[in-house]
Amino acid sequence: MAIETTINGKAVSLTAEPDTPLLWAIREEVGLTGTKFGCGIAACGACTVHVNGEPTRSCSVPVSDVAGKSITTIEGLKGADGTLHAVQKAWIAAQVPQCGYCQSGQIMAAVALIQKTGKPSNAQIDEAMTNICRCGTYPRIRKAIIAATGQAALEGTA
Amino acid sequence: MMADNPTLETEAPAPTPARRKGVKRRAFLIGSAAVVGGGLFAVWWGDNSARKRAVELTAKDKDGSFLGWLKIGEDDTVTIYTPHIDFGQGSNTALAQMAADELDADWSRVTVESAPADPAFANSSLGKGFLADMSGYPGVIAAMPASFISLIARQMNLQITGGSSAVRFTGQSGMRVAGAAARAALIAEAADRLQVPANELTTQDSQVTHAKSARTLRYGELAEAAAKRPLDDNPKLKTREQYRYIGQGIPRLDIPAKVDGSALYGIDFTLPEMRVASIMMAPVRGGKLTSVDPAPAMAIDGVEKVIQLDEAVIVVAKGYWQAKKGLDALTPQFSDGGHGGLSTASIYAAQDKLNAAGPKLTAPTGGKLVTGEYKAPFLHQAMMEPFAITAHHKDGKLEMWGGIQDPLSARMMAAESAGLDADNVTFHPMIMGGGFGRRFPPYSQIIDQVARVAMQVPYPVKLIWSREEEVKHGAYRPQVAARLQGVTGKKRMAAWASDYAQNDDAAAEGTVPYAIPNFEARHHQFISNQVNAYWRSVNASQHGFFNESFVDELAHAEGEDPYTFRRNHLAPGSRHLLVLDTVAQRSGWTTPPPEGRARGIAMVESFGTIVAEVVEASLKEDGTPRVHKAWAVVDCGTTVNPVNAAAQIEGGLIMGLSAAIGEQINIDKGAVVESNFSDYPILQMADAPEVDVHFIESGAKMGGIGEPGLPPAAPALANALFALTGKRVRQLPILAQAKV
Ligand code: FES
Ligand code: FES
Repeated sequence: MAIETTINGKAVSLTAEPDTPLLWAIREEVGLTGTKFGCGIAACGACTVHVNGEPTRSCSVPVSDVAGKSITTIEGLKGADGTLHAVQKAWIAAQVPQCGYCQSGQIMAAVALIQKTGKPSNAQIDEAMTNICRCGTYPRIRKAIIAATGQAALEGTA
Repeated sequence: MMADNPTLETEAPAPTPARRKGVKRRAFLIGSAAVVGGGLFAVWWGDNSARKRAVELTAKDKDGSFLGWLKIGEDDTVTIYTPHIDFGQGSNTALAQMAADELDADWSRVTVESAPADPAFANSSLGKGFLADMSGYPGVIAAMPASFISLIARQMNLQITGGSSAVRFTGQSGMRVAGAAARAALIAEAADRLQVPANELTTQDSQVTHAKSARTLRYGELAEAAAKRPLDDNPKLKTREQYRYIGQGIPRLDIPAKVDGSALYGIDFTLPEMRVASIMMAPVRGGKLTSVDPAPAMAIDGVEKVIQLDEAVIVVAKGYWQAKKGLDALTPQFSDGGHGGLSTASIYAAQDKLNAAGPKLTAPTGGKLVTGEYKAPFLHQAMMEPFAITAHHKDGKLEMWGGIQDPLSARMMAAESAGLDADNVTFHPMIMGGGFGRRFPPYSQIIDQVARVAMQVPYPVKLIWSREEEVKHGAYRPQVAARLQGVTGKKRMAAWASDYAQNDDAAAEGTVPYAIPNFEARHHQFISNQVNAYWRSVNASQHGFFNESFVDELAHAEGEDPYTFRRNHLAPGSRHLLVLDTVAQRSGWTTPPPEGRARGIAMVESFGTIVAEVVEASLKEDGTPRVHKAWAVVDCGTTVNPVNAAAQIEGGLIMGLSAAIGEQINIDKGAVVESNFSDYPILQMADAPEVDVHFIESGAKMGGIGEPGLPPAAPALANALFALTGKRVRQLPILAQAKV
């Protein structure tokens, strides 16, 4: 039986078996590969998406749990006109990514944090940003979040 | 000359807007027949003068070696092909900066591609030449450190004498020459067309200008004819003062696709009808699959096939989750290859014994003898993207897609595994989610595994390693034990003897830059069942920890400040001294740290780059270390892209801290104990310090940048902890030692 969800604003019915992690449904069934597989046990955050606005490690959520819910992936962050989200812009300005593999998850976690806190403090960043980056881009991630919140506040977005 | 800490906002020159009157905007797609209407420049070392130049620049002598390509489209787009794969270190942008600088290209229209990823080009005769030539001289691996090169040189029977990095070898002698040669050809073509002497022409932003007659020609309109001209393979290169892009913190070309999810990594590749496979290997390296009943896996929805390899069982299914469920349902039996008695402790014990056989130093009257036994564990690279390669066998041809450091060797290996001629195998390199030494073909078992699987199925198949397989079957940094002895007196080191046991001789990394009258380092060979491979900075991380911790011990034995002690053993006016003094200055070494914190200092030279680091640390309530701030001062000669170079140093330093604090691979009963990030902890945001990076532009021979930031981190932290607690860390990781 198909599972009805909304992904990046579009209605999607997933046919994956109910125990399939959301990650694999997104990647293999929907074909959105920006959400990454890193560990499969909710330990790295590479697979972070938003489920009803909450940052969620999609490798550890079965698709049966997201029936009727709204999911946003990295591909859904851009505006309708294709403009980058303020956080994505800040990521480019701070030249954050190295290998880039963790960055979809980092950005999704950062966007959720900013949505929740407005202007996160360093302590809030430390607490919320638990995604692993093997390339060690943490200092630039922090800078980008701080820069993005300045910009976001000015623009009244995020 | 000193450069200030690069700032992100100000470094990049504003890109020239891509508007040109009258330019026909033919939208060339890289990968399509893009050469039409443009020019493809291929620079080769061919004749004797070129060879002379090659020897001059690289101290390597090899006929017909590929150096670089670039392609100029009719619409002025410049595509630079590099033989390197960028796995996050930003070398492709740096290489493009070097070529574009010499070419005087308009940066806003420059893109970079890893050759031969462009099929139009790989299928052409030029592409064939590239492949044939590359198999004789793997430019791809020029990105790797010396020990990689010598290993490949042995395996491929090449006579390569030294190693280098992408930027300092390919960049300095390949990309810059390619750009300059193409520019010379464009000028020659313009001189003919305008009927003026070439020396009256100037170039800028992809245009040739004759100022006297106020006439201008675009590269795009000259390219096709210019590319047919003989290329000068010994063109005049710019001087430092003439650089326009080299030395600038130009934004990396690969970053936009890495913030919107559009960058395609090996694991993201997909084909119609493709199946996904999961794998479980013999837990003890060297063991074999002895039996498996495929039935429980076959009973799972979506599972199509269970394949038995010598050392592994593989489940092929419609999707990854089904393949994983299939694998989990199996109870395969494996042998231990006779290695079942091995453990971390037994390896250290054997190593200690070897080291103990080294001669003992004695202290003369009035002198002090200090001895320290140091240990560094196996380490996992933990590249964020687990191994994943897609392979498709059809009509006697095998095609593969994935991220491997050296696609040409990967192709050779796959051909051998599949029993095909190398001509019938194509390997398409894809973006890599990290590497750190892991994706080096001889250790990338996945190449052989997926090639064998593809030969047994009629559809394309993507083999994905789980993180657990990734951790348990790594190609680790070697576990090393060392015994260091030092004799001191009158605040000076009089003698130093180190005995260390590991797989290979770390002669270069075992030395220190300090003036010590009697210095010796002895290697004792020790081989286990583990593959001893390369981990970011290779042997410099273990030996940097041993040596720089031990210098600290000797300083304290003499009651001397560790910074002063080091500087008193360095030659006045030396690069090392300037690096050390600068880090002391920037970190405020002589002023006391905030309450509850202490600082440690260390300096390690690796890959031709000298890096000194200071870390300021405290202990958390639970007794674990917390690094608040770190300073790195770097002399790599010249930085091509200071913003990216700083990122590499920051990342290296943080990876070094991560490893020092918590990372270890333990062996028990011959098998790896750790399995995932749950028991192989990687440093996270909350524990990552602010990093101050400063470059000294000494102009010395260009050194590497991806690795040298790492080695000083562990000893700097260990030294800070000693200053804080009086306890000397001699075994890594700092947390959870002797877990097994
Ligand atoms: S893949 Fe989901 S947290 Fe690592
Ligand atoms: S950028 Fe490579 S893992 Fe984060």
